[in-house]
Amino acid sequence: MDTIMNLLWIALKILAIVLPLTISVAYLTLAERKVIAYMHSRIGPNRVGFLGLLQPFADVLKLLLKEMVIPSQSNRYLFLAAPVLVLAPALAAWAVIPFSKGLVLANINAGLLYIFMMSSLSVYGVLIAGWASNSKYAMLGALRAAAQTVSYEIAMGFAFVGVLLAAGSMNLQTIVLAQSGNILHWYFLPLLPLFFVYWISGVAETNRHPFDMVEGESEIVAGFHVEYAGAGFALFFLAEYANMILISAVASLLFLGGWLSPFEGIPLLENVFAFVPGLVWFVLKMGFFLFLYIWLRATFPRYRYDQVMRLGWKVLIPITLIWIVVVSFAVKFNIGPWFNQAGV
Amino acid sequence: MYMLANYLPIVIFIGIALLLGAILLVAGFVLSQKKPNAAKLAPYECGFDAMENARLPFDVRFYLVAILFIIFDLETAFLFPWAVVLRHLSWFGVASMGLFLGLLVLGFIYEWKKGALEWE
Repeated sequence: MDTIMNLLWIALKILAIVLPLTISVAYLTLAERKVIAYMHSRIGPNRVGFLGLLQPFADVLKLLLKEMVIPSQSNRYLFLAAPVLVLAPALAAWAVIPFSKGLVLANINAGLLYIFMMSSLSVYGVLIAGWASNSKYAMLGALRAAAQTVSYEIAMGFAFVGVLLAAGSMNLQTIVLAQSGNILHWYFLPLLPLFFVYWISGVAETNRHPFDMVEGESEIVAGFHVEYAGAGFALFFLAEYANMILISAVASLLFLGGWLSPFEGIPLLENVFAFVPGLVWFVLKMGFFLFLYIWLRATFPRYRYDQVMRLGWKVLIPITLIWIVVVSFAVKFNIGPWFNQAGV
Repeated sequence: MYMLANYLPIVIFIGIALLLGAILLVAGFVLSQKKPNAAKLAPYECGFDAMENARLPFDVRFYLVAILFIIFDLETAFLFPWAVVLRHLSWFGVASMGLFLGLLVLGFIYEWKKGALEWE
């Protein structure tokens, strides 16, 4: 009886993560359209509900009611399994994200490793989708996706290594707490190159602009999900946006001090803003990164594929390698003010 | 045992995530209309019938990138635990990783000069 209650309690907590996440995804799509619209001097969706606030729900309903086409030449079961395989890691990675001090579903020691693993798993779904569709554009998109994700994964992993060196733990809560003190202790400052590398690879990993060769409408129509319609397409969409939010969450945890208040350590302001819960700061930081995503999309033209690979292999990886060496020596020699904590 | 218990929510979460995807997919199936015809089910290729099989041979460089990825990802796997315990390591521990990294960088420079990273 006790175990059943325990399992139910866990399921309830998972629901408490997944539901807000799905709603965030819905409103992120609306925010994206609105922000880009204003950047283009347009108004954006404003017909469904007040200021277009019901637009995402209309979209979801439309997608669910659309006919699901399973191409005659596709591998039917793989074709249907692929969107689920893309969505599952995008959601499951949230299990280890600490939303505030102690507010985490699974407080595991290998938190960052788990995130790293989950973010790489989704490439399988993309590959399977492209292969199973048995369509040229899908195949090309899947190939590009695999090579691109895999390349930027290395840079991202090396950026993680820098954070691990500085924090001395893979536990995400410990990493955040290692940044406490004041805003200058956040890792974006001592690990600035890694912060940029992480963010760029994060954008590339989620196949967002300007690295969206994977779906580039003007060259390979929609890439790996060209054959998907209705609910299958909705799943890919959901996964992509959930991944965007995940990348933003991890970026704020690792480099912007997660739920820590930016006014920490400043005599007067610290007390004025003491009432704001950590969750609010965390969400604000995530919002900043998500806005950056949209801003990038509205600003930059698409890269060419060889440029993307060059950036990944010839720029980002050397930068991270050098900075790992620098940080490891800084840690070894206890160089303050960032690298002289006792470690964990 | 306590440590392992922390991983239980993750397993359940993965299960729920898979289930959620499946439910959405089934919901789409149940709710949507179904009027298939041959043209609709054909693979997309700018409006006409597919000229040839989609599973054509592809550029060997994709394969090359995958091979390079295996080496570098292995390196990340080595670096992760090393980075966590670096503070407690002796200089011998630092030097051995330095040797390993050095070898890898040499290989990286070699493949760079060989043109394995060139596209076009």
